Amino acid sequence: MTMPFYVSPEQLMKDRADFARKGIARGRSVVVLAYDGGILFATENPSRALHKISEIYDRIAFAAVGKYNEFENLRVAGVRYADLRGYSYDRTDVTARGLANAYAQTLGTVFTTESKPLEVELVVAEVGDTPAADQVYRLSYDGSVADERGYVVMGGQAEQLGARLGDDWHEGMTLADVLRLAVRTLGAVGTDGTLATAGSEREIAPAGLEVAVLERDRPRRAFRRLTGAGLAGLLEQPGD
Amino acid sequence: MTHPADTSGRLPDAFLRPGSSSFVDFLAEHSPDLLPGRRPAAGGAAGGPDGLSPHATTIVALTFGSDDPEGAGGRGVVMAGDRRATMGNMIASREMEKVFAADAYSVVGIAGSAGVAVELVRLFQLELEHYEKIEGSLLSLDGKANRLATMIRGNLPLAMQGLAVVPLFAGYDLDRGTGRLFSYDVTGGRYEEHDHHTVGSGSVFARGAMKKLWRPGMGADEAVAVAVEALYDAADDDSATGGPDTVRQLWPVVTTVTSEGVRHVSDDELASVAERIITERRAAHVAAHGNRPAGRRDPSVAPEAGGRPGGQAGEQPGEQPGEQGGARA
Repeated sequence: MTMPFYVSPEQLMKDRADFARKGIARGRSVVVLAYDGGILFATENPSRALHKISEIYDRIAFAAVGKYNEFENLRVAGVRYADLRGYSYDRTDVTARGLANAYAQTLGTVFTTESKPLEVELVVAEVGDTPAADQVYRLSYDGSVADERGYVVMGGQAEQLGARLGDDWHEGMTLADVLRLAVRTLGAVGTDGTLATAGSEREIAPAGLEVAVLERDRPRRAFRRLTGAGLAGLLEQPGD
Repeated sequence: MTHPADTSGRLPDAFLRPGSSSFVDFLAEHSPDLLPGRRPAAGGAAGGPDGLSPHATTIVALTFGSDDPEGAGGRGVVMAGDRRATMGNMIASREMEKVFAADAYSVVGIAGSAGVAVELVRLFQLELEHYEKIEGSLLSLDGKANRLATMIRGNLPLAMQGLAVVPLFAGYDLDRGTGRLFSYDVTGGRYEEHDHHTVGSGSVFARGAMKKLWRPGMGADEAVAVAVEALYDAADDDSATGGPDTVRQLWPVVTTVTSEGVRHVSDDELASVAERIITERRAAHVAAHGNRPAGRRDPSVAPEAGGRPGGQAGEQPGEQPGEQGGARA
């Protein structure tokens, strides 16, 4: 056995970050957009059973990109965390901030101590009583947390897509508007991973989309999946 | 024991372990002290029926409609519970709710030790929601009924010490397209019931009423009225069951479950059902005995003229001013 070469901490962290980033960029993007009545989550996902978007608690939802087995594990842990907290204290004591912190600590510990970082990027979102009270947290593979406003893109080509969303998204959009914006953004990445110019995006059929919303006005459990005819109907609504 | 409060931020390993979709199993592994039935109860009869813990009483459930696909809406279930909780001979609560929506398609009603029962229902609701979130699909109705049986079985140590909980479970079976009813015993035995069932201290009287009032193919409104009337009969004869409270406007909690899901019957509907039952009962009494308690003589008839018909009148002390004797207890 030879002694391993000295690797500086900077290099070690950079290698790990590159490794994680590469894994994440391979996956399809997820977009999260706030609208007047809540928060919309959308991704291109032909599977009806393997979800990238799911419910965590009454007002909290989760979206992820990266390795399925890794984010699924984190999702289940989040549901357990939220349900245990709500059972021990009260349902109102379960917050997206608390969950985001728990995820950040977990991702950060794995990034620094384990042999391989988690190749995932997460969004934890909570719908509030007013649009101003909505909370959207974006968590990276290294445990860093960003408190986002309005819109988030994760996955392949996230930076370019984020810039496009920044141009088109504005406060007080309707559900149909943000849904069309989300589908247009997802369609900007070609099947080969290249970025299409604005106006020449791919069409994505409703069956190839996974869409869910946190609806502000729903009592208690705000999470609802949009599927089938409901989704197709919203996509066909004339825009403004 | 690791609690959410004292973890230093990172999700504990137990949270990240792949495995069961059951919240109860997760609690049993991670925080067993949070499970009802796992706590050591002090002493022997810690809270027997006459002890310090409040008891909840009568729950009734019945099916309505028919499985005939041509029938309007198919078969549904109504479950209703009175509002009284008792502690020995005292009324602990007049507005307790004992019938809860377990999830979108099932309801659970509880009789027995109130504190344990309410905690058990909370855990059962969470168990169903937890499974739904983790698996992305609903448990089958039989699956839900079995989970409840397991939880009741877990409560057996407390039941042996007098803190028994006996639930009644009803729901709409989405696979079979019909409403179904399940009863339990304290050991976790699960029994499917047909047509109707009752549990709790007033259940004997409610069941008698139900046998006479239930008919196959009833509508939802009729079934709600039957449930309220059966509870009325239970409250009539069981001191631990509360009747409709017209002074405080408290009515039984009544829910229906159909293919459309769980619906709580509104207070306005229940008020009119309860008022109708009270009016009918009063009319029946007046027809039999006039405007006075059964057995009391008509005061307009003079004692000399009336004599003592049947020989029972005037036995209640102090109620007949002209009566000699019997006034001293």
